[in-house]
Amino acid sequence: MMNLKVLCFGITRDIIGQFEYTLALPQGSSIADLKKQLAINFPEFGKLKSLRVALNTEYGDETIVLKETDEIVLIPPVSGG
Amino acid sequence: MIDIQLLTTPISEQACLDFVKTDDSGGIVVFVGTVRNQTKGKSVVRLDFEAYEPMAVSEMRKIAEQAIQQFSLKKMSIHHRVGSLEIGAIPVVIAASSAHRKAAFQACEFAIDTLKETVPIWKKEIFEDGEVWVSATP
Repeated sequence: MMNLKVLCFGITRDIIGQFEYTLALPQGSSIADLKKQLAINFPEFGKLKSLRVALNTEYGDETIVLKETDEIVLIPPVSGG
Repeated sequence: MIDIQLLTTPISEQACLDFVKTDDSGGIVVFVGTVRNQTKGKSVVRLDFEAYEPMAVSEMRKIAEQAIQQFSLKKMSIHHRVGSLEIGAIPVVIAASSAHRKAAFQACEFAIDTLKETVPIWKKEIFEDGEVWVSATP
């Protein structure tokens, strides 16, 4: 298992209740697996228009495998400008 | 040449304009975003902005790099502010300079449209009777 530290912005911080959230996932888990587990732990994620995940300040593809050392950030629908 | 800033203090439109000025520009366009007092007929008290800072800066830089290349700009400046902004405050300024004006107009439109799609900045509308993260849910 790996302990993944996830940073939560915007509405995801409201849903999870804190900015830094730790989630344990099996080695080899992908971004898709992370999102699936989040939706199980927090059903409210189902109401979001979209949820992207950034790894080390770049948008990550669903198939990318996560590492404990990654900076993993939840990106709900953006609304800058 | 590119100037990207994420600030917690008021933006200086003049600073953005001064940055993009070059002797070989024939036109400069400055887009200024402002906080509107209502949304869907409901009165807004203020907007609260937050950003995933390192990525907001890198994504704004990517937009400026693409705009410069795509529209043959001389320079681009993108400044975005975060924190609590009152009605009439300015969350974003985008300035572009080019040899001829059409490219500068197109580049500013491209930049703000793309910023609203890709830059990890979020705004929450604060009403008298509640608050809502803009565009978060259908």
